[in-house]
Parts: sequence; C-alpha cells; structure tokens
Amino acid sequence: MGLDINKIRQDFPILTKEIYKKPLVYLDNAATTQKPLCVIEKITEGYCNCNANIHRGVHFLSQMATEAHEAARENVRSFINAASAREVIFTRGTTEAINLVASSFGDSQCSEGDEIIISQMEHHSNIVPWQLLQSRKGTTLKVIPFDENGILKVEELEKMITPKTKLVSVTHASNTLATVNPIKEIIRIAHAHDVPVLVDGAQSIPHFSVDVQDLDVDFYVFSGHKVYGPTGIGVLYGKERWLDAIPPYQGGGEMIKKVTFEKTTFNELPFKFEAGTPDYIGSTALSAALDYVKGIGLENISKHEHELLEYARTRMAEIEGMRFIGNSPQRSGLVSFLVGDIHPYDMGSILDKLGIAVRTGHHCAEPVMQAFGIEGTVRASFAMYNTKEEIDTLVAGIERARKMFHH
Amino acid sequence: MTINEKQDEIITEFEFLEDWLDKYQQIIDKGQSGKKMAEADKIPENLIEGCQSKVWVTAEYKDGKVYYQGESNTDIAGGIVVMLVEVLSGHTPDEIIESDLYFINKIGLKEHLSPTRSNGMLAMIKQMRLYAVAFKSKMES
Repeated sequence: MGLDINKIRQDFPILTKEIYKKPLVYLDNAATTQKPLCVIEKITEGYCNCNANIHRGVHFLSQMATEAHEAARENVRSFINAASAREVIFTRGTTEAINLVASSFGDSQCSEGDEIIISQMEHHSNIVPWQLLQSRKGTTLKVIPFDENGILKVEELEKMITPKTKLVSVTHASNTLATVNPIKEIIRIAHAHDVPVLVDGAQSIPHFSVDVQDLDVDFYVFSGHKVYGPTGIGVLYGKERWLDAIPPYQGGGEMIKKVTFEKTTFNELPFKFEAGTPDYIGSTALSAALDYVKGIGLENISKHEHELLEYARTRMAEIEGMRFIGNSPQRSGLVSFLVGDIHPYDMGSILDKLGIAVRTGHHCAEPVMQAFGIEGTVRASFAMYNTKEEIDTLVAGIERARKMFHH
Repeated sequence: MTINEKQDEIITEFEFLEDWLDKYQQIIDKGQSGKKMAEADKIPENLIEGCQSKVWVTAEYKDGKVYYQGESNTDIAGGIVVMLVEVLSGHTPDEIIESDLYFINKIGLKEHLSPTRSNGMLAMIKQMRLYAVAFKSKMES
C-alpha cells in the first residue's frame, strides 16, 4: 500500500509554484519542509479566533489560548512518547534547545577539565554551544570519529568515556551524510558509565518514529519547521529528574513563581524553562503538523522516503563522475554528492535555473567537509511529498549541468 | 578599445542568447577558458570579501594603467570575474573610477544572479575600483 502522493501534494500550496517558468522541484527538505494547508490555517485561525497571552489571564480568550498551547505540549509528548508533558519544553528550535542544555546543564554540572563527547558528523549547532561552554567552564570536547563511509565508530566511545565525561551529545541522523546512528547502542554505552546523552533529532523526527522512553534518552531535541510545522518553534525533551536538577536558562515572565528584589523563586516544569511569552501560535501549529504526520503515518512516510532515496542513489550512480559523500547502509532522507570537479555552487546554480531547489555548501557541518577534504557538497533531501518523477528531473538536471561544465 | 567598446562587445555576445541556461553556458565557458592566475597569487590577501565562492583578484600598475587578474574556484563566479577583468584591465585609474558598467544590466546579469552571487559581483567591482583609487592616490602623492 503506497501513499497517494498526488493527494498529499494537494495539501501543500507551495508545491504548485513555478520557478523560472518551470515546475518547482523542492529537494531542500533537510533545511526546512513545506507546510500543509492545515498548518497554515492553524496559524491564521490562531490569530483570528484564539489570540491572547497565555497563562495567568483570567479572561476567556487567554484561557482558550492556554488550553491550546498546553494541548500542543501534550500532543508533542504523545508524539515522542515522553512520560510526562512536564518533560516537554518549547524552544525556538533545535539550536536553542541545545544551547539551553549547554548552558543550564553545562554550567551547573561541569567544571574545569570535565569532558563533553560529540561526534565528527555534528551540525555546528551541536558543536559551538559546547565550545562556548568550554570558554566559560574550561571543559574539553572529545569527538567520536566516523569512517570513510560516514559510519560512526561507536566502538571508540567506550574507550573515550572517562570519570570526567559529563555528557554525550550526538545526532540521530546526519544532515550531510544521511547516516542514521545507532543511538540506542550509544545510550547504552554512555549509561553504563552513568553519563547522560543528548540526541539531536532535527533530521530524524520528520522521517521515522522516535520513542524517548524506549531509547532511554536523557535529552532529545528537534525543530518544528523540519517536520512540516512553522519556523521559530522547537522542542527540548528532558527526563524530569534532569530538568528538575538544572537551573533555568533565561529569566523573565512565565518562568517565575515569586519575584521580590531580594529573591526570586522559579516556577515548576515545564514553565521554568520558558521565559517570556511562549510562541503559543507556533506550538499549536506544530501540533497540527504532528497530527498531519500521524494522519499519513510515519511508517508510510519512512517507507516512501526510503524508496525515493534508494531510487535516487541508483539513478544518480549512472551519472559519470558521480561521487556520493556518505555511504552508510543505515541512511535516511537525503543524498549528498559531487560530480567530477564541478563546484557545488555551480551545480546548485544550474539546477536552480531548472526549477530544482537543492542545498549547496558545507551544510553547517564544516568538520564533515574537512574529513573528506572537500569544500562542500550538493544535497538533495526528501520529504513525504516528493516523487520519483522529481528525482528523474533532478537526474536530468545534473546531467545537463555536467555537460555545461564540460565534464 | 575603450571600456565602453569592450562592454558593447560583451553585450553583442549575449544578445542572441535568449534562454538563461545559454547565458550561463557563455559565462561558464568564459570562466573555464579565462587566463589562470599564478598559484602564488591565490592567497587569502587577494580574496574578495563578500563572495560565497572564492574569488581572487590582483592588480598591477604599469605605465599609468591598471592591469587586473582574476580567478575563482567556481566556474560561474570565474566567468564573471573574467568579464570584469576583460572590461577594466589596461585602463587608467581615472577611466576605471569613472566607468559606468552598464553591460551588467544589459546582459541581465544582476537580475538573473542569486542575491548572494549578485552581492559577490558587486564586491568584486568594489575591490577593483579600490585598486584604481589606491593607484591614483599613490601617483598623486
């Protein structure tokens, strides 16, 4: 039973757009996904019918907005199977969620000489916050390497953990190599040494189901806009005992219980971490996006995207000079490639003129590029609404570019 | 040839290319066939800031005229810098400073480049003019 892709495409208004008089082929989903009408309508409806600042308000609209926001939290909880909605913190996205942990967990749990372990395939947003922690607290950063196929050398982790290790922070799926990491195994190893684990789920949540209790993960983060939701809203899941143990991230309204000039007591979870007016329009629209995904079925989406990915790799492999960056058999969502010595920007520019949107460059993962000795790649990334016909268009576009650059 | 005569020549080359991919082809070919710089000149000091691609430009002052060289690690930016070098090289600082580079609009470069590429091209032009200004002030002092 395949998905009815044509029907799904009708839910995404932008997909009918023409770019330079050519039908849009949108293959930049790892950067952000397009939004279904139900999400767009939820935003409009929120502002038209249900807009008032949430919590504390006694009036009708405020209560209505509060209920919608908290129902969204509950929906996120159920989507990732967290034990409690208190463990779901709304953030602006993956980046802010990691920064929150680096700041609240890092500053309170780490001291000079302590170690944070990340992997060589991290997005900059899972590198830089730890380097900032390093400059504040004198921690060190250790890096789990990957092999020539882009497979993480998980066996190294065991040797890297010392009594000084405070956290392992790794991505579930690579945004450049497509590698899906054996997260359960990583968590098992870290926990055997009493080390908590943060997992960056930005590239996994849209593609396959994630159960935070089954993973036994300590922190799990993702962005709404990569899972068909709006920009500016994301999620930090944290085990309650960790969120209770670490101090607030930012100060302001919402996160306090009582403020005097002498002393402030903080609110309980999850509000302790949500200073200021929360993005309640964003949270409810994210909730609508998750409902949409559930309606299609993550298993169906996974299967469809896997077929697309394998079809793309097979077709693209026929192109002369094609080189895939990342060849892990456990892969998801995207293909990173180079053709001959055509620069990724040049390839991207030609594909753009053909109406094909791909990403070019280092994809905010410069260490990955350094490992392969390249400046960047071209990346085609898939979503539930992409079709084999679109991949045929991509392959024809790459062929055309190859000829234009005389390769 | 004057700067404007050279610009007119480029405009003629592009005039009959209706499809934008054909225009890109012309730019790519220029980039690939352009004179290559000495490796020793491809140093960070000669990189144009504000370009997403790497673009190196050098300038030399000889007998009252400025001679440029330029290259990029990408073919499209390379083609653009080759055209700019072609148009501006071999002229006096005054001619370069006062030049109106109308060929860019005439061949539709500005409107068809992505904003990042378009900004990169403006950065190249700015740097090339700055060289001319520097040579001029050196000459006058």
